[in-house]
Amino acid sequence: MLKSYFRLNDQMLTIIVWFSVVLVISGFLWLLSDIVIHGIAKLNVGFLVNAPENAGRDGGIGSILVSTLLILGVALLATIPLGLGTAVYLSEYTYRGNAMARSIRLSLDVLAGVPSIVFGLFGNALFCIWLGLGFSILSGGLTLACMMLPIFIRLTESGLAAVAIEWRHGASALGLTHVAALWHILLPAAAPAITAGLMLSIGRALAETAALIFTSGYVDRMPDSLSDSGRALSVHIYDLSMNVTGGDASAYGSALVLIVLLIIIYSLVVSLTDHFLSKRIATS
Amino acid sequence: MIPDDIKLSGCAPFLTTYTLGEVEQGAACCVPIPHIQVENLCVSYHGKPVLEGVSLDINKGCITALIGPSGCGKTTFLSTLNRLVDLIPGSRVQGRIRIDGVDVTDPSLDVLGLRRKVGMIFQKPNPFPISIRRNIEMPLREHGLRQRDDINERVERALRDVGLWEEVRGRLDTSALALSGGQQQRLCIARALALEPSILLMDEPCSALDPIASAVVEGLIQSLRNRYTVVIVTHNLAQARRVANYAAFFWMTEHVGKLIEFGYCQSLFESPSHELTAAYVTGING
Repeated sequence: MLKSYFRLNDQMLTIIVWFSVVLVISGFLWLLSDIVIHGIAKLNVGFLVNAPENAGRDGGIGSILVSTLLILGVALLATIPLGLGTAVYLSEYTYRGNAMARSIRLSLDVLAGVPSIVFGLFGNALFCIWLGLGFSILSGGLTLACMMLPIFIRLTESGLAAVAIEWRHGASALGLTHVAALWHILLPAAAPAITAGLMLSIGRALAETAALIFTSGYVDRMPDSLSDSGRALSVHIYDLSMNVTGGDASAYGSALVLIVLLIIIYSLVVSLTDHFLSKRIATS
Repeated sequence: MIPDDIKLSGCAPFLTTYTLGEVEQGAACCVPIPHIQVENLCVSYHGKPVLEGVSLDINKGCITALIGPSGCGKTTFLSTLNRLVDLIPGSRVQGRIRIDGVDVTDPSLDVLGLRRKVGMIFQKPNPFPISIRRNIEMPLREHGLRQRDDINERVERALRDVGLWEEVRGRLDTSALALSGGQQQRLCIARALALEPSILLMDEPCSALDPIASAVVEGLIQSLRNRYTVVIVTHNLAQARRVANYAAFFWMTEHVGKLIEFGYCQSLFESPSHELTAAYVTGING
């Protein structure tokens, strides 16, 4: 009796686990296939390089791709050094339980959960108006950086904190400076966590719409410089599907490009980190 | 360049004939030249004393074993010698430790220089997750060695000294983490030796190794005698008897570690002067 009761429990558990997996994967596949089926017709070289015409119904997304990559570039350039610096401060220069570090961690956790529209209004007030950058790629990128920083810092910090204490002691016992230990041991050892942080932040940035409408604007022509307004892919998709009748085909095409772009950037980040690590392992 | 201040002219001729027995008879190597002088050392963590009133002289070129039960402050004592105790929040060291006559408890001391001179080997082998070569090369570079040839020579010499050269010469650029436990520990010793220290601190260097690897590392420690001053913490009393010239017995009274007895290894084991020592070395206590 007892035995069969437990066997039933085990079977139930197996079924529940499989059911959850199938549900999650099929949801994702449904979304993906919907986008591919409707968007694949739009996808060609012309679509990738031409400027949008007729409010995006015709033409391509060349200028929008350029704006998106520029905004992402600005955001990454601001996020990576600032984020690494803060994470190193939190994990290496403060003791656990230090009041300052605790309050920084708390505010980062709160910031990570703040709705993006709030970041958009904040970015608009700070970068566009107060700093006088106006609706520009720079404003958009910096606002995105504010959103990416909390995730990036927390993941990098936990990666650094997880580095084996033996290595820290080993580095100190060899008379290495703090900088050398960080550069040669701690950061490379934390690289997987840093990569994960980077991927999540990039994902958040590329998916962002609300914050960008208020900061980088939605002018769809090719940007002349970083102080020019530019429309990001996510904003373009939003605009086509909500404001432009007959823009659905282009919206699907753009969504497909966005997903492909994400996959390309993710693989790039992974291979860059791999390269960075293997270079450390080989001779200098 | 790293100054070469470690040669002990008086000891070298005895290198091959040296045995424990001769220490007792006062062999030339152990004419007591104090290398590390500890006076009334007290250590506390967050105001709670963990080690009290330790005074001893550790002689140059000899192997000194620290024995005693867990938690009696042996590792703490060891980490005061290279100031690794600084890394522990809330730690406070009182008393005086002089190495080659220099007070190393001085807050203004060049700690990185001290740690180059006083190498440390840990219980768990801790090679860095980089290549075998870079494990040795990186600390050398960080201590200012720039010449390629010089570095290569030092890497080879350090690996030969620990008997690892023949085993790894073909795969110097592969990850150090792929080595076996015993090889990793020898790599860690090589990494410390490459910096040309005069003192090596070892915190139970064999306890995480299998018996065969442990025997290899123990043989290596024997071979370091006369060239380096070795202070080794061990729970393996037989090992202490085999390798050490001197032994220090620590014991915990009322949660505070104290040095109970210090002397020639052989006499500490065979004719201990303190009853706690006698009980510990014969296995009655601890």
